Amino acid sequence: MLQFEAWKRLVILIVCLAGLLAALPNVVSVPFYPGKSVNLGLDLRGGSHLLLRTDINAVVTERLSDIAEGIRISFREEKVRFKSLTSDENSVSFSLRDEGDASIRDTVLSEFDDDFVVGTQAGTTIIAFSDSGFLELQSRTVEQAIEIIRRRLDPDGTKEPVIQRQGVDRILVQVPGIDDPERVKALLGRTARLTFQLVDMRITGAEAKSSGRVPPGSVLLESASNDGQSYVVEKRVMVSGDMLETASAGFDQNNSPAINFSLNSIGAKKFATVTGSNIGRPFAIILDNEVVSAPTIRAQIFANGQITGDFSIQESNDLALVLRAGALPAPLTVLEERSIGPGLGADSIAAGQIAAIVGIILVIFYIVLSYGIYGAMASAGLLVNLMLILGALSLIQATLTLPGIAGIVLTMGMAVDSNVLIFERIREELRRGRGVRDAIKAGYSRAISTIMDANLTTLIASILLYIFGSGPVRGFSVTLGIGIITSLFTAILFTRFLIVLWINAKKPKTLVI
Amino acid sequence: MFRLKLIPDNSSFPFLNLFKFGFVFSAILIALSVGSFLYQGLNLGIDFKGGILIEAKSKQGSADVQRLRAELGEMSFGEVSIQLFGAEDEVLIRIQKQEGDEQAQVQVIKEVNALISDGYTVRRTEFVGPTIGAELTQKGILAVVSALAAIMIYIWFRFEWQYSIAAILALSHDVISTIGFFSLTSFEFNLATIAAILTIAGYSINDTVVVFDRIRENFRRYKSWEQNDIINKSLNETLSRTVMTSVTTALALIAIMVFGGPVLLDFAAAMLWGVLIGTYSSIFIAAGVLTYVALNRSGDDTADIPKPEFEE
Repeated sequence: MLQFEAWKRLVILIVCLAGLLAALPNVVSVPFYPGKSVNLGLDLRGGSHLLLRTDINAVVTERLSDIAEGIRISFREEKVRFKSLTSDENSVSFSLRDEGDASIRDTVLSEFDDDFVVGTQAGTTIIAFSDSGFLELQSRTVEQAIEIIRRRLDPDGTKEPVIQRQGVDRILVQVPGIDDPERVKALLGRTARLTFQLVDMRITGAEAKSSGRVPPGSVLLESASNDGQSYVVEKRVMVSGDMLETASAGFDQNNSPAINFSLNSIGAKKFATVTGSNIGRPFAIILDNEVVSAPTIRAQIFANGQITGDFSIQESNDLALVLRAGALPAPLTVLEERSIGPGLGADSIAAGQIAAIVGIILVIFYIVLSYGIYGAMASAGLLVNLMLILGALSLIQATLTLPGIAGIVLTMGMAVDSNVLIFERIREELRRGRGVRDAIKAGYSRAISTIMDANLTTLIASILLYIFGSGPVRGFSVTLGIGIITSLFTAILFTRFLIVLWINAKKPKTLVI
Repeated sequence: MFRLKLIPDNSSFPFLNLFKFGFVFSAILIALSVGSFLYQGLNLGIDFKGGILIEAKSKQGSADVQRLRAELGEMSFGEVSIQLFGAEDEVLIRIQKQEGDEQAQVQVIKEVNALISDGYTVRRTEFVGPTIGAELTQKGILAVVSALAAIMIYIWFRFEWQYSIAAILALSHDVISTIGFFSLTSFEFNLATIAAILTIAGYSINDTVVVFDRIRENFRRYKSWEQNDIINKSLNETLSRTVMTSVTTALALIAIMVFGGPVLLDFAAAMLWGVLIGTYSSIFIAAGVLTYVALNRSGDDTADIPKPEFEE
């Protein structure tokens, strides 16, 4: 009798059973069964993969500009005279006209904490973000952006998008199963900063544009629709998007798409004050620094209003959605996009399945021709191997991609290698004149060190592939790596067990392998 | 009982006499690869070059490539390539990296979509910005170099340095000629190609290790033999297995090529080439190089050959 230790039988039983249970949800759906099926990659189930960068410089510039405005207001209140108060993307700087105001300046500057570096040299004061302050701002910006992206892409919480921070300022967005990747980009393409500002009546937009002069405290903005109009509006923001209670798509009195909104209590109070005291003045509705419209205030308005403009129905829907979700803290730039339509994904799955089935049939055909009944046993090992790969993928919830399927098919081809090594060894041992059992034992024990060496080198390659690869390539490395491990199991334990059972049952006098 | 045997039992190919032809063949192959790489370079995909790729399927009838070419040509996107992809009604549109920042690229995708949306359904959109393209290139080179280094170190530990040198020569031969294959055929060189190259490296080293293992074992078995005779015998002994494994792997790859769809076609073709060249190189380069160096016959005893105990 050929020995096969009990503990090895137990291991085989447990591994096969575990593999079967883990792989089961991929084949049939069992009610109340806790296992999950394989996680299909976006290239197989369709969807959008976007790598975005948050434009942190824009945030820094804006914050510094706010700080400069704050200092200007403080100094005015304190009657401090100053000159060349400016801000750029790095710092805010100013000088005092009278050094006698230095103590007031220092009081104002004492508000800045560790997030800033404040220094005065040769009469010029410079305020900039400290390294830690910059990192803090960056982290907060990216986290806020992730939150807003989630609210925009998945307002109902049903789509399970992946939204992750990557590296310092990047955000990875993966939305499965969408038909129109352009819409995803449209939803993320605007920061959606909504403000209401009064129009400056001292000068028209056209005049300001031609003269290039804008009164202090005001700014020249273009129209959002391509009508070439421009407006001079006061810099002071009366009401802003963060005071919105809700926004929804609707229609105006001319039956063209519009957005209805209502404000929260703070917003409503401010809105009522501003509209009450400015009847007859145009009030600009500004979205991302473009004037959507500037209707004239006819009566005091409280919580509810309507934004009209040149929208399509889809645009008004999307705009209402992004307004509800809130403004992005920074503009987003698309660094990389990979979008697969649902049709292509389904085709790829079908093609992958056919390739896998045909590949396995071809391989089985060839090894059965070459090794007869023992080839059939190796083939059984191959099928168990396939089940184990599927089970392992389901268990660790690795993502199966199209190259991943290629990896499985390739593993099928290579998994046979271990068996081939063993069988060829046994043949050799037989030719040297060993008996049936000796030949099998010698064949296995001699082949194993070769098998280990050969598989470990491939495993090294697949691990490096995982470390350096991205997207679908990673999927390939995962299936290849898992395939190597499972094929070691099937060749060294499972198929061997079958052969031992067969030899012990049939007790052949000679072995034709 | 019938057994299919592509290699007869006790094969005795005179590999020693064939090595010189192998070296000449490989020298030509490497020269061609390097020459083609330098002369016409690689057909880099958008993964590395940056740019836009759109796969679209005609809503009715077959795709009119000529018309698309004319229409997209008018848009001044720079270099635009349009080809049928897999079927008569599917096209692959490649648009070069646009001037300006990422925003400019996204705008182009929008315009192309608007232009073709009447007649076609967009099935796939890929866009890689210049920043990411550069990063992916760096990562790809790093992956291949570190894989070669890791494998070399592994072989060094398991065998001796002579084997390690021979293995790395064989591997470099495979990697260079695979890159040459991509250059000569103008197949698209993308992320999947890097995966293919690393898998080829893994496969080739697998083959080489099997041959080396046998050489080392035979050194101990046939103490009085000449080194070259041992190498020749080892190659013949492992030849049957080498061919067998190459054929099964090739069968699986052919299945992917024929049925796996157009996305996997280049990938599988590259792998098939790799299986051929990897099998060839483990015999003609790896083992061939070993005939030129003096190998330590005793070997280290830690990596000994297994000595099975025979009960009964």
